[in-house]
Amino acid sequence: MKISISVNGDKQTHDVEPRTLLVQFLREQANLTGTKVGCDTSSCGACTVLVDGESAKSCTMFAAQADGSAVTTIEGLMTDGKFNRVQQSFQDEHGLQCGFCTAGMVMAAVSLLEEIPNPTESDVRIGLEGNLCRCTGYHNIVKAVMAAARVK
Amino acid sequence: MIPASFEYIRVDSTEQVIAGLAEYGDEAKILAGGMSLIPLMKLRLATPTVLLDAGRLDDLSYISDKGDYLALGALTRHRDLETSDLLAKECAVLRGVAAEVGDNQVRHRGTIGGSVAHGDPASDLPAVLVALEAEFVVEGPSGSRTLASANFFKGFLETELSETEILTEIRVPKTGATNWSYHKFNRRAQDWAIVGALAFRAQDSSRVALVNMGSVPIRATAVEQALASGASHAEAADQAAVGTEAPEDSNASSAYREHLSRVLVKRALDEALV
Repeated sequence: MKISISVNGDKQTHDVEPRTLLVQFLREQANLTGTKVGCDTSSCGACTVLVDGESAKSCTMFAAQADGSAVTTIEGLMTDGKFNRVQQSFQDEHGLQCGFCTAGMVMAAVSLLEEIPNPTESDVRIGLEGNLCRCTGYHNIVKAVMAAARVK
Repeated sequence: MIPASFEYIRVDSTEQVIAGLAEYGDEAKILAGGMSLIPLMKLRLATPTVLLDAGRLDDLSYISDKGDYLALGALTRHRDLETSDLLAKECAVLRGVAAEVGDNQVRHRGTIGGSVAHGDPASDLPAVLVALEAEFVVEGPSGSRTLASANFFKGFLETELSETEILTEIRVPKTGATNWSYHKFNRRAQDWAIVGALAFRAQDSSRVALVNMGSVPIRATAVEQALASGASHAEAADQAAVGTEAPEDSNASSAYREHLSRVLVKRALDEALV
């Protein structure tokens, strides 16, 4: 079946099998490999992207469900070669260790800050419950999201 | 992990869903948010050959005040429940429990109707709906029928829905912004409940429900009866596991689940019923 998804503002039209997962579409058809597949069972959040502005786990969504939608991946956050505030805060606060969870963490944080612009630390910890960091580097991730929230 | 192949049909109306179910029978599954069905398909525990994607039936996404009760469209997302001002005022317990489902990403896509129709005893929302004495409106080829939540859940992933019917609406009584407490015991924050215990007041009675303590969501009637006859919270909570058939799996033995149910019910009673 032929589907069209606006990925980071580019219309991507590809012929896919119905069982193609959104994350496969992004990585293999759109050639955007910033989005990672971690657990592949909807637990770890490494595959988090924005679908029409809201965070979703792209390993647990068929590409066909996003037909006609706007998807934002980690590659779509920079403007004019500059990091988005969440990316910048992750760098400034050292909010990553091995980096595998980072794309998902950043996308989940972007969505969280849309919904809660001035979060408490508890809001951030609960808001990122769907994302696992196996380096267990949560403290700096939370610090980074709090710092991003302060950038207006 | 890649699911088995299937034919994908996007439906634009409830009528098309019913026609699709009539045509394909038990080979078809309705796809709503997909938060339960897609993981099962990826593990190939579910292998429908036809998926009827109802995800765009926006007319099944609503929370409306019907005077005596609230009507919730089956495709209302958890996110819409947990942010609803109407629910905050008229059925705070449902709003609160919806905020405990999965994680943000799951709640952005998962739907109340999907959770109910899936019939997983480890799900949060079916238990609160049973304790609320909610009603479920289902539609099929021979029209619509309204089912009591008490009789809807039949067994593990089994409900009263026939293979030609779709759940369209959930009706809940107005219980107001009363106290409630839900204790969900799990190892990772966003996991399913190993055991969940819920307590709240509604229509002048204490309601208590249990998650993942049997093959269906459970109303803890022994606890409710003990409370009604004047038992203390501790005495009532001791009855939590009465009549349950707690599952045994890699997370917990049945005996440990029974212990958890008594401890969590006590905590929920202390918080909700003051």
